[in-house]
Amino acid sequence: MSDTKSTPAPDSAHIASRPAEVSRRDFLGEITLGALGVAGLGGAGLTYQYFSPNVLFEPSTTFRAGNPDLYPLNSVTFLQDQQVYIVRTPGGFFAVSAVCTHLGCVTQWKPEANMIACPCHGSKFEPNGKKIEGPAPRPLPHFSVTLTADGELLVDKLQVIKPDQVLSV
Amino acid sequence: MATSFQTALENLRATRVWKSIFRRGPAITNRTRSVAVFGNLFLHWLPVKVREKSLRVRAAYYLGSLSFLLFLILVITGVLLMFYYHPAAPNAYRDMKDLRFVVSNGVFLRNMHRIAAHLMVLLVFCHMFHVFYRGGYKPPHEFNWVIGVVLLLITLFLSYTGYLLPWDQLAFWAVTVGTNIVSAMPIIGSKVRFVALGGNIVGENALLRFYVLHVVILPLLAFLFIGVHFWRVQKDGGLTVRSKDDDRKN
Repeated sequence: MSDTKSTPAPDSAHIASRPAEVSRRDFLGEITLGALGVAGLGGAGLTYQYFSPNVLFEPSTTFRAGNPDLYPLNSVTFLQDQQVYIVRTPGGFFAVSAVCTHLGCVTQWKPEANMIACPCHGSKFEPNGKKIEGPAPRPLPHFSVTLTADGELLVDKLQVIKPDQVLSV
Repeated sequence: MATSFQTALENLRATRVWKSIFRRGPAITNRTRSVAVFGNLFLHWLPVKVREKSLRVRAAYYLGSLSFLLFLILVITGVLLMFYYHPAAPNAYRDMKDLRFVVSNGVFLRNMHRIAAHLMVLLVFCHMFHVFYRGGYKPPHEFNWVIGVVLLLITLFLSYTGYLLPWDQLAFWAVTVGTNIVSAMPIIGSKVRFVALGGNIVGENALLRFYVLHVVILPLLAFLFIGVHFWRVQKDGGLTVRSKDDDRKN
């Protein structure tokens, strides 16, 4: 320590028995730095919270897709407003996102080729969302489909489910 | 005529007001000229003396100076555009159209802002390539090179945030695609996108956030870093003009 000269000689033996010697200046400096660090971290956290909105005025992510009878067997129906395909197979219903996993363009259902194609960069998908051809990095995600109490299809675009989960009606 | 003008100037310099602003005497000797530069807020970070060589066009093709000139044009035209533009979803697109078709000289200012912005990105890249191929990143200029890279990023972010403000299809999809690229970052990607947009889609919050970044935060950062950049040019020994003499010294 640099300021040992402030320590009186008679006490030196007593002080040496202590584990470490910290000057008052260093102690206060460290306390101040620590407090500033805690305040800085807290401030950063509060700022992050401030910038994450709690209430959003965005379109709802769940929507009613109507009565299941609207969709014929072995059909792919594009819901323009929701950017979702409702697919009905003999096994049941599932909902596939129409937003390309490459850069977010809206894909198109091509019944003559039996595939979903992206007009922007040419990605191709099977009707169940499985990728046939890039540049899309991932298959199209499936959204959860349930039935409402009055028997309509309810799609939740925030809930991504595994492709093998099918709603049989 | 000349003598009467000089007399008038001398009389002006003798006034109390003039002396209160310019506290040094007239800049007639090398020393008083240096003192005049040092004592002026707007000049003090510029070199007192400049080598004639570094003023030649070939020294840097004025690429940095032209980038700065474009930045000043962008600040002035941008502030003027702010008088008619509301950063809100119902207004933004109409205000942009109004600026083009209704406001007197609005189309001139808007196009000046747009074209200057495109040119600035181009010239900043040219400036960077020029400095790079001249070896301007080598000691003692490493720090200023890093400042320059930060300025390049600020320029690109200014350009990108400004791109959303017309609130048309081009703007919407450019920002949708760009923020989707951000969400590809591992772990924090979707959170960063959420905070950058203030939501899950490019909407009202995103427009306001990009506007605040575009007109306040990024320009202030740009001014700060431009100040340091210019100051360091002088502190690091002037423009990087490599001549045969310099090579021999190495």
